[in-house]
Amino acid sequence: MDCYTANWNPLGDSAFYRKYELYSMDWDLKEELRDCLVAAAPYGGPIALLRNPWRKEKAASVRPVLDIYSASGIPLASLLWKSGPVVSLGWSAEEELLCVQEDGAVLVYGLHGDFRRHFSMGNEVLQNRVLDARIFHTEFGSGVAILTGAHRFTLSANVGDLKLRRMPEVPGLQSAPSCWTALCQDRVAHILLAVGPDLYLLDHAACSAVTPPGLAPGVSSFLQMAVSFTYRHLALFTDTGYIWMGTASLKEKLCEFNCNIRAPPKQMVWCSRPRSKERAVVVAWERRLMVVGDASESIQFVLDEDSYLVPELDGVRIFSRSTHEFLHEVPAASEEIFKIASMAPGALLLEAQKEYEKESQKADEYLREIQELGQLTQAVQQCIEAAGHEHQPDMQKSLLRAASFGKCFLDRFPPDSFVHMCQDLRVLNAVRDYHIGIPLTYSQYKQLTIQVLLDRLVLRRLYPLAIQICEYLRLPEVQGVSRILAHWACYKVQQKDVSDEDVARAINQKLGDTPGVSYSDIAARAYGCGRTELAIKLLEYEPRSGEQVPLLLKMKRSKLALSKAIESGDTDLVFTVLLHLKNELNRGDFFMTLRNQPMALSLYRQFCKHQELETLKDLYNQDDNHQELGSFHIRASYAAEERIEGRVAALQTAADAFYKAKNEFAAKATEDQMRLLRLQRRLEDELGGQFLDLSLHDTVTTLILGGHNKRAEQLARDFRIPDKRLWWLKLTALADLEDWEELEKFSKSKKSPIGYLPFVEICMKQHNKYEAKKYASRVGPEQKVKALLLVGDVAQAADVAIEHRNEAELSLVLSHCTGATDGATADKIQRARAQAQKK
Amino acid sequence: MAFPHRPDAPELPDFSMLKRLARDQLIYLLEQQHEVDKLYKVENKPALSSSEQLCFLVRPRIKNMRYIASLVNADKLAGRTRKYKVIFSPQKFYACEMVLEEEGIYGDVSCDEWAFSLLPLDVDLLSMELPEFFRDYFLEGDQCWINTVVQALHLLSTLYGPFPNCYGIGRCAKMAYELWRNLEEEEDGETKGRRPEIGHIFLLDRDVDFVTALCSQVVYEGLVDDTFRIKCGKCHGPLLGTSHMAGLVFNEIRNEHFSNVFGFLSQKARNLQAQYDRRRGMDIKQMKNFVSQELKGLKQEHRLLSLHIGACESIMKKKTKQDFQELIKTEHALLEGFNIRESTSYIEEHIDRQVSPIESLRLMCLLSITENGDARCSLDTHYGPEHLLTFSNLRRAGLLTEQAPGDTLTAVESKVSKLVTDKAAGKITDAFSSLAKRSNFRAISKKLNLIPRVDGEYDLKVPRDMAYVFSGAYVPLSCRIIEQVLERRSWQGLDEVVRLLNCSDFAFTDMTKEDKASSESLRLILVVFLGGCTFSEISALRFLGREKGYRFIFLTTAVTNSARLMEAMSEVKA
Repeated sequence: MDCYTANWNPLGDSAFYRKYELYSMDWDLKEELRDCLVAAAPYGGPIALLRNPWRKEKAASVRPVLDIYSASGIPLASLLWKSGPVVSLGWSAEEELLCVQEDGAVLVYGLHGDFRRHFSMGNEVLQNRVLDARIFHTEFGSGVAILTGAHRFTLSANVGDLKLRRMPEVPGLQSAPSCWTALCQDRVAHILLAVGPDLYLLDHAACSAVTPPGLAPGVSSFLQMAVSFTYRHLALFTDTGYIWMGTASLKEKLCEFNCNIRAPPKQMVWCSRPRSKERAVVVAWERRLMVVGDASESIQFVLDEDSYLVPELDGVRIFSRSTHEFLHEVPAASEEIFKIASMAPGALLLEAQKEYEKESQKADEYLREIQELGQLTQAVQQCIEAAGHEHQPDMQKSLLRAASFGKCFLDRFPPDSFVHMCQDLRVLNAVRDYHIGIPLTYSQYKQLTIQVLLDRLVLRRLYPLAIQICEYLRLPEVQGVSRILAHWACYKVQQKDVSDEDVARAINQKLGDTPGVSYSDIAARAYGCGRTELAIKLLEYEPRSGEQVPLLLKMKRSKLALSKAIESGDTDLVFTVLLHLKNELNRGDFFMTLRNQPMALSLYRQFCKHQELETLKDLYNQDDNHQELGSFHIRASYAAEERIEGRVAALQTAADAFYKAKNEFAAKATEDQMRLLRLQRRLEDELGGQFLDLSLHDTVTTLILGGHNKRAEQLARDFRIPDKRLWWLKLTALADLEDWEELEKFSKSKKSPIGYLPFVEICMKQHNKYEAKKYASRVGPEQKVKALLLVGDVAQAADVAIEHRNEAELSLVLSHCTGATDGATADKIQRARAQAQKK
Repeated sequence: MAFPHRPDAPELPDFSMLKRLARDQLIYLLEQQHEVDKLYKVENKPALSSSEQLCFLVRPRIKNMRYIASLVNADKLAGRTRKYKVIFSPQKFYACEMVLEEEGIYGDVSCDEWAFSLLPLDVDLLSMELPEFFRDYFLEGDQCWINTVVQALHLLSTLYGPFPNCYGIGRCAKMAYELWRNLEEEEDGETKGRRPEIGHIFLLDRDVDFVTALCSQVVYEGLVDDTFRIKCGKCHGPLLGTSHMAGLVFNEIRNEHFSNVFGFLSQKARNLQAQYDRRRGMDIKQMKNFVSQELKGLKQEHRLLSLHIGACESIMKKKTKQDFQELIKTEHALLEGFNIRESTSYIEEHIDRQVSPIESLRLMCLLSITENGDARCSLDTHYGPEHLLTFSNLRRAGLLTEQAPGDTLTAVESKVSKLVTDKAAGKITDAFSSLAKRSNFRAISKKLNLIPRVDGEYDLKVPRDMAYVFSGAYVPLSCRIIEQVLERRSWQGLDEVVRLLNCSDFAFTDMTKEDKASSESLRLILVVFLGGCTFSEISALRFLGREKGYRFIFLTTAVTNSARLMEAMSEVKA
């Protein structure tokens, strides 16, 4: 145990810094790091090296090679660089490699060296060339800042949503700044640059000179500047070997240090962690590494090899040709437990557990000591927390064992923290493994979240590990396993050496009906790789037919898309496909397609009815649907045409269509309508008044009401109005006119085909009892009683009913016997009934 | 007089929350999201408002889009700029956006959606208020509303748990059901593990049973709807503006045969008078009590009572005349299939007298379906050419049936039309009797025993079966199907009926093994009418529920009646 703190270096009074090895690097670097452009992604991300950069002005004939390694040095990709000279490399938050070329083009590559896309940083950059570039991270994503040959800055705060911003000019800037950096404050990206003894802050509107508070005098130039991981702190290295450390807002100074080395450092980065006791800056020269903070002494390391620093959330990674190390401030819990002669409860608990294993009674003594102070809970928590910060599984285990031991003596210690720590460490140890090469610390892991870690594993195509982690952590399928399977499938479809059938089968076997897996997404990927047939095969597995449609359309399988859309029951989708088809196919083919899909056809007809009448007609024509064509022209005859000639013509077309449809009835009716229209026109001309658009019935009625009886009769004959109907018509019209004389004449013109009861009814409706009575006498025997009752002649009705010996009629009359006046009649009926019963 | 439910009848779920939900959503949408301060009805006329922003709350119909386009374009011509917002309910259709784009105003309007699909009209009646469903689906073949139905079912199942037993009949029913199932599977887990509150769901297409919807209604609520039109639960005519379901009075008479209603109301009036009379002989304290506690209720009841009596009088005036009796008689004859000759000449006379085209059409449809023949008369020139199109519509929707496709039909048509134009109109009956060969309705009616055998007078005060809603003459086909399927818990044994209904491929049963369903929930049945249902059907099923100890919940695309069906099929000059 004594040697455990051997690699701890105190910085000032309060903090210790330690450096331990993560991996011994396995890469077979032919070149020195200093000869390469280097980019290492934070959170234990990959390392990109571009050898043989152009600045050396070596033989241009040799094409440089871009290599990508995992953090443990396992090669992930290697490709020959064929594009233009590269100024700077950097990783985006999505672990995409951004290569900034001299001409301002940014090429984006995936982790496996697959080219993704490229974008330009604008014309100004293209003209003036890129002098220097930085890739930085903001809360929106990853940004690129560029210093051009004209000493102007251009930046984009998010390459995912590219918006270029040209920063204002720095007055009087003649040469490149000695050092500069991108700064993010209040969600806005700024540029901080040093020119000689002056510092300038550029925001999108202005350039302002700034002065760090408490800066020692005598500075004639700044050689390096460093912004902390969270953009909160800033460090400046001057030509006098003096380091100023303060807040990035330049409002407050933290401390200063004079290292007395005037040589410009190779790299300078912040090394701190959340809730750091002693923030420090790590400065690297060729062979020397220095950790400086608010202390008179600095920590110094000798660098055996050319090294590269990668700032992290809670420390600094340092890698060289042979090793990869992590330098950080010892976390509080670890410090408490492992500090020499520490009496912290965690330290005692660890000790107690060790003694317990040795079966020594000292275990009890230690335990008592903690319990007497009432610090057992704290001790367990300390051990759990410290375990998280340990890199070696052995040490993690002994700390967890101690925690577990202490827990035994506690009632009701919530188990969550212990369980979660065990799970987290299991995951962390798995991804830290040399073969995986993601050296995350516990704090980084918590910051990154499990979802992002899973994404990164998927990005590295480590599907089995990712699935194991999901299953181990029991993540819901949709977020966990099925998502990963879907990614796997998307990768699988890119394997061009495997046949379509095999890929489709393999994917279906693995994925089955796993919820949350979208086969259409996978199919889209397959189509993206140019494998249309595979895409169609995969779509067959998609249970939601609606999801299949957009891709099918994209793949120009429009007819298949149409039937899938119809299957989905989503009319919007059908409509989308229809419009697509309409543009894609010629009219004839389009109509043919519709013909086979009645649902789509009716949808399209609906649309045409309102928007494209001509198309509707064409549709019917195409189908030889004469019935509908006829209807179409009928509609046109009253909706579209105004002139009478046009209307008649439309009707004629309709009639022809009906004949073709063998619908003689409709055809005849249409022809009748034509005749009627012409006739109405003539009537209007000759008689004046409004006749057009009246129905035949109303036309005749109007004629009668106008006293044109002859004309009315002629019309009725011409149109063969059935007698009964004509009689009703005339009867109603004459009664409305109250032309009783004419009515009577009419009633006597011949025997009424509708009988005379309607005459009685209609007269009574006009309250003309006198006239009604005239007709009541002529009503046939069957309806006589009704007629007599209508005119109110109850007594005579009773007589007739009795004469008829009709029981129903008798009751009817009886029900009309009201009040005293009809008393006698009622009696008469009763008597008749009694008599009838006797018989 | 109102029949109490059996004591073991289950409680209905509380649907009032749907109403609150809809109201809150709408208020939020209009006030908070779109800052609406004045409401107008969308009518086909220029907007009078002078405000800076117009917000339209519309159904997603092409017609409405064109109206909006005309307004916007008129404003543009007048050089006026304002903001336009369109809120589509229940959802936006792509076709509407297309129209906006084609009319060149897509950039001028912003769109929003209000996913409102269920309006509780009553404790057991949910309406989607989509009267256009009927024409769009059954005539135009447009399936756009099916998704709305699916969403409504989904909402109900998220609120009230899964439905363990599902039945249905009809093409649309089947499609809606399958789409809904898919949706449920996709959104797995939401309803899983929930205790079902509603044990059965029954989906039924309107075209399975047109006959019932075509009949004149004689149950009070149906009669009120036929006479004055109930719209969104509010009545027109003498009951104007009153929520038709308000008050105890209505609850007691709504399901009653009309012949009982007047007697009931006068009894009620006497009771009310008696209660008023009680105040005589009260001392001060009692009087105070009476005034503060009972009087308000009595007055309210009084008001409603007089409204209903007014309505009754008005109905009486219209309906108790000879014509109505004869009309009912004819309808019953058609349903029972006797005296076809008389019925036909009655309809003939109806046409001759030009009473009302809608009414004539209705009778012809009824004749055609019950007799499985085609009753086309030369109505067109007599009512106007657009009715030729109406005929073609009716035929397409199956309201005028075709005996056999092709030649027979045209032969029949020419025969009929010849006869009609012939002066010997009486012969038409002979033509029909020769036509009435294999009549499906007749066969179905026989199989399902839709015409109850009557021994003596049918006592409408004490109904024996669901036929009471049609004066004991006919059990509504739709309700009988539901009854039979519920009894068997499947379509087993009804194969022949299903075949006669031409629904062999569209009758389905789906049971999930749910042990969690309580016996109470198993007696709660959700009946979904696609294309509308009538108040008579609702009354009939309410009666069935009381008899069997079930409770029915009705979900309909709209409440309909014969006139609405006919109007939906009519072509009118726009």
